[in-house]
Amino acid sequence: MAYMKRSPWIIHYDGSSCNGCDIEVLACLTPLYDVERFGIINTGNPKHADIFVVTGSVNEQNRQVIRNIYDQMPEPKVVAALGICACSGGVFRECYNVEGGMDQVIPVDVYIPGCPVRPEQIIDGVVRALGVLEEKRARMAAGENAEVTA
Amino acid sequence: MNVLYAIAFLVLAPLLGGLIAGIDRKLTARMQGRVGPPVLQPFYDVGKLLEKEHAIVAISQNFFVLAYLVFIAFSGAIFFAGGDLLLVVFALTLAHVLLVLGAFAATSPYSFIGAERELIQLMAYEPMVVLAAAGFYIATGSFSVSEIAAFPRPLIVLLPGIFVGLFYVLTMKLRKSPFDIATSHHAHQEIVKGVTTEFSGSTLGMVEVAHWYETVFLLGLFWLFFAWSPVIAVIAVAILYLAEIFIDNATARVKWGFALRSIWAVTLVLSALNLFALQFFGGL
Repeated sequence: MAYMKRSPWIIHYDGSSCNGCDIEVLACLTPLYDVERFGIINTGNPKHADIFVVTGSVNEQNRQVIRNIYDQMPEPKVVAALGICACSGGVFRECYNVEGGMDQVIPVDVYIPGCPVRPEQIIDGVVRALGVLEEKRARMAAGENAEVTA
Repeated sequence: MNVLYAIAFLVLAPLLGGLIAGIDRKLTARMQGRVGPPVLQPFYDVGKLLEKEHAIVAISQNFFVLAYLVFIAFSGAIFFAGGDLLLVVFALTLAHVLLVLGAFAATSPYSFIGAERELIQLMAYEPMVVLAAAGFYIATGSFSVSEIAAFPRPLIVLLPGIFVGLFYVLTMKLRKSPFDIATSHHAHQEIVKGVTTEFSGSTLGMVEVAHWYETVFLLGLFWLFFAWSPVIAVIAVAILYLAEIFIDNATARVKWGFALRSIWAVTLVLSALNLFALQFFGGL
C-alpha cells in the first residue's frame, strides 16, 4: 500500500539558520500555498514525523540536536536540507564555527538550495522527498534496511 | 438483534468516524480559506502510521493504548446494542484513564503534562456525563439505551438543560477549541499535543481510531435526545457537529483552569435546574 506518500508529516528544525528559510517554511502552511492539501502536517514531534526538514548549517552547538531528532524518527524517514546553508553551509561555509551542510551529521536525501528557498521550491522538494520515502518504505516492506540510500 | 447492532458499530463506526474526521478537516480548511486535504485523508494518515516502524518507548504503553481502543469500542458497542447507559459511561471513563496511564508510561515531561491535562479534562466533563445518564433515567424511568431510544416523546423537550450542558462538554470530548486542553487536531507543535508525544506508528494509529469510535458514540448519545423522530435526529446531529466545527475555528484555546471552572459552572447549574424541574413538575 502506498499510504506513505499520501500522508507525509514533517518535523522542522532550525539549525543555525537566519530565519529566512524558516519563514518560507511557515509560508507553505498559509492559505496561499496550503501544503495540508497534500496531507502534509507540520508535527513538531520527531516520533510522529516522516520527513525531517532542516534549515541552516551545522555547528558544534546543534550537532547533537540534529542527530538526536534524526534518531528519534521511526523508519522510513527522509531528510530534506532546506536552503543553501543546510545544503553546503552557504555563505557561512568558511566561518570558523561552521562545519558545513547537514550531510556532515545525518544522511540527506533531498537538497533544496536557495537563499531563502521559495515556497514553490519547498513544495517541489518535499514532493521529491516523497519519492524517496516511498522507495524506502518498499525496501523496508521487503525486509531490507531502509537506512541504505540508493 | 442487539448483538448485530453492536457488531455493526464495531465494523462501521471507524469508517463513519474517519469520514466525519475527513469532512471536518475539509470544512475547517475552507473556513480558514484553504483548499484542505482530501476527505479520505484521515484513512491515509492511519494507513501510513501502520506502515511505520514500531518504535516503543515503554512496552506497557502499547498495552494501555490497545486497552484504550478496546474499551472505547466496548462502550460504543454496549451503547448501540441498547445496553445499560451507566455501564457505557463507566467503560468510557476507564478507557480514558487507560489513555492517561499510557501517557504516564513513558518518562517524558511532555507526555506527563499531557497526561495531567487529560486527567483535568476527565475531571471537567465526567460529572456532566453521569448527570446526563441520571437525566435520561428520571425522564424515561430506565437506564437501558434501547428503552430510552424507544421513549415516545421528544427528550429534548424534557431535558433541555442536560442537552445544553452535554453540548458544552462535547467541545472538550471532540478535542475542539476552546476546550482542547489535552490534545487537539491543530496545535501540532504545542504542549497540548502532549498526551500523544511518546506514541508513534501503529500505537498513534490506535489513538486515532479510538477517537473515530468515540466521535460516532458521542453523536449517538446526542441522537437519544431526538430519537422519537429519526429524520429530525439525523439533521440535529449533523447541525450539532457543524456547530462544533464552527466553534472550533471561531474560538481560541482557554487555560485549563478556566475550562474546568466554566464547564463545572455551566453543566452543574444547567443540569441541576433541569433535574429539579423534572422532579417537581413530573414532566410525564
